[in-house]
Amino acid sequence: MLKQIEGSYAVAHVVAQCRPNVISAYPITPQTHIVEGLADIVGAGQLDAEFVNVESEFSAASVVLGASAAGARAYTATSSQGVLLMSEVIYCIAGMRLPIVLTCANRAISAPLSIWNDQQDSMAVRDAGWIQLYAEDNQEASDLHIQAFKIAEQTFLPVMVCMDGFILTHAYEPVDLPEQKEVDDFLPTFKPRHIVDPRWPRGIGLFADPRFYMETRYILHRALEKSEETIKEVSSEFAKAFGRESGGFIKTYKLEEADVVVVSMGSVVGTIKDLIDQLEEEGKKVGLLQICSYRPFPRKEVYRALKDKMNIVVLEKCISLGRGGILASDVRWSFPRAEKKDRDISSFVAGLGGRNISIDDLRYMVEKVEKEPVEFEFLGLKTELIAERDM
Amino acid sequence: MREQSKYLEGVDKKDLFASGHRACGGCGQALAARLVADAAGENTIACVATGCLEVFSAPYPDPSWRIPFLHSLFENAAAVASGVDAAYKALKKGPVNIIAQGGDGSTADIGFQSISGMFERGHNVLYVCYDNEAYMNTGVQRSSFTPYGARTSTTPTGNTTRKKNMPMLAADHGIPYVATATVDDFRDLQLKIRKALTIEGPKYIHILAPCPLGWGHPGDLTVEICRLAKDTGLFPIYEIIDGKVTNVRKIPVKVPVAEYLKPQGRFKHLFKRGVPSEEVDAIQEIANQNIERFNL
Ligand SMILES: Cc1ncc(C[n+]2csc(CCOP(=O)(O)OP(=O)(O)O)c2C)c(N)n1
Ligand code: SF4
Ligand SMILES: [Mg+2]
Repeated sequence: MLKQIEGSYAVAHVVAQCRPNVISAYPITPQTHIVEGLADIVGAGQLDAEFVNVESEFSAASVVLGASAAGARAYTATSSQGVLLMSEVIYCIAGMRLPIVLTCANRAISAPLSIWNDQQDSMAVRDAGWIQLYAEDNQEASDLHIQAFKIAEQTFLPVMVCMDGFILTHAYEPVDLPEQKEVDDFLPTFKPRHIVDPRWPRGIGLFADPRFYMETRYILHRALEKSEETIKEVSSEFAKAFGRESGGFIKTYKLEEADVVVVSMGSVVGTIKDLIDQLEEEGKKVGLLQICSYRPFPRKEVYRALKDKMNIVVLEKCISLGRGGILASDVRWSFPRAEKKDRDISSFVAGLGGRNISIDDLRYMVEKVEKEPVEFEFLGLKTELIAERDM
Repeated sequence: MREQSKYLEGVDKKDLFASGHRACGGCGQALAARLVADAAGENTIACVATGCLEVFSAPYPDPSWRIPFLHSLFENAAAVASGVDAAYKALKKGPVNIIAQGGDGSTADIGFQSISGMFERGHNVLYVCYDNEAYMNTGVQRSSFTPYGARTSTTPTGNTTRKKNMPMLAADHGIPYVATATVDDFRDLQLKIRKALTIEGPKYIHILAPCPLGWGHPGDLTVEICRLAKDTGLFPIYEIIDGKVTNVRKIPVKVPVAEYLKPQGRFKHLFKRGVPSEEVDAIQEIANQNIERFNL
């Protein structure tokens, strides 16, 4: 059923259709409408779940950890400072192999305080052992949640669905919302693996001395790598069941013929596609490689898509301060060392703290890399606000 | 022998917290954890915070727990237990005893917020604090339960603040049951655990659990130290049921605090050549205030 709906409410609606047993969250802009939406649904008796209003994101993550360890399907959502406050628990959840689903309504990180969008928050926990999926629009954000529960419960890995704050969470777009029966048919009931239950007393969360710790990390790393198959499978099952493509590993747009390829993820790919169409009319061949699954990183797919491309530019809404582009280094790493092609991979950071990324900014970026590669640049920087003495 | 069997009368011993763990000899917390598990029985889930207890009882692959055990972090046992409670309600499972457990550091300091949240939300969880008056697991650093005058590795000249009053703070959340206990009185401790578990909602039990290593007393004095803590008035024993202090343990013969302090290395600096310093008077005053407040 196509409905004109705010992104957050679409996600709330779909998450409720996934029938989580326990929801726990703490309010933070721009995540708030998602959990308010869920609270309404639970309050109206349309979803039989425990909604635990906690005193912090740290406890929200801990509540879903406990609930999942006790056999519940558990869900939480947060943003920005909330992700950082949760980070200790986020690592634990993955280490304990608890298939929790978390929505990250992407937002910048303090200081300075900013409630606006970028992707620094989810990036800050990219190494924690979670699957991270980035949504392009609200249709995909909704669809990814249905897939996320299935992927998590098949792999026993937690899944973070990342959607750009405000740009998606607060945007009204038509979204095709599924029927409850469709979701029920797609998503089987949760069958937990290890739970705390007096009938089978066991310990969860023991401590591991140096004889054992490394192997737990190896197993988690391999599990993430292996989740590639599940992510792809679930995405194609989804396409079959719901009649539309969503998620998966990567997506491309006008890539085959392209002389310049832009690599990016999240909602900005919409603007990039518009630019690609404009440039096509002007006779330029530019293509897009969109990363849907950032963790596990689609190294092979990226390589396959880009191996014959000599001019690549990575655009991202996050930065490793003191180092540069994060996604850019992942993309650079995707090419085998032995391959000695003289390939240009430029790196641009844009849209930090909600700075608008206009089509003109993107045009400037593409035209610049057409002339020469760019090691690293802040796109849309207001140099008039910067004094040498501040640095 | 007969004396001992009388002492153990009515004490549950099910070995749900098995021996063979790695605590120091005479560890009050190990004793307490066993008494708690055995009193609670098989139908129990233990949600334990990081600290000595977790480290000595839950190494992979041979934990001491014969009841389900869940640990994740230092400061979230109460929130994790809240999640277990929510899951049991949502899945319509149970009833089950959910016991969150942590040291004084995880209870009063870093985990205070999560406990406050669990109390305030009204989860059906019993929180047990094993109070050994410092961060023992990391090497005897001061916590907000470290008593006045005590030497720790971060208060090398003696702690200058008074102990946070956690039972009262717990009670002021309006929870139905709060109690204090010590590891010298097995029966009383277990009675309180069993009683708490019959009450719906959040409960808090605060157990004084001497730490021979951190307190600097021989392991075989653990039980005696507890008795002295009670008989000096430094650790009052009582229950708070629906906000009212009741069942206060009367001190049979009041003991001066010096007798409690002297056997413990952490207070040694308070007695120069056997002569008590001013701090000892200050500690006596704390005991006197407790005696008056609770009519001990
Ligand atoms: C966030 C965090 N900070 C610090 C630590 C280190 N740490 C582990 S246990 C502990 C002290 C535990 O003290 P307490 O709760 O009193 O338990 P005890 O060991 O004394 O029984 C500390 C500081 C940690 N694990 N996590
Ligand atoms: S350091 Fe203290 S609390 Fe820790 S095991 Fe030893 S005696 Fe017990
Ligand atoms: Mg302690």
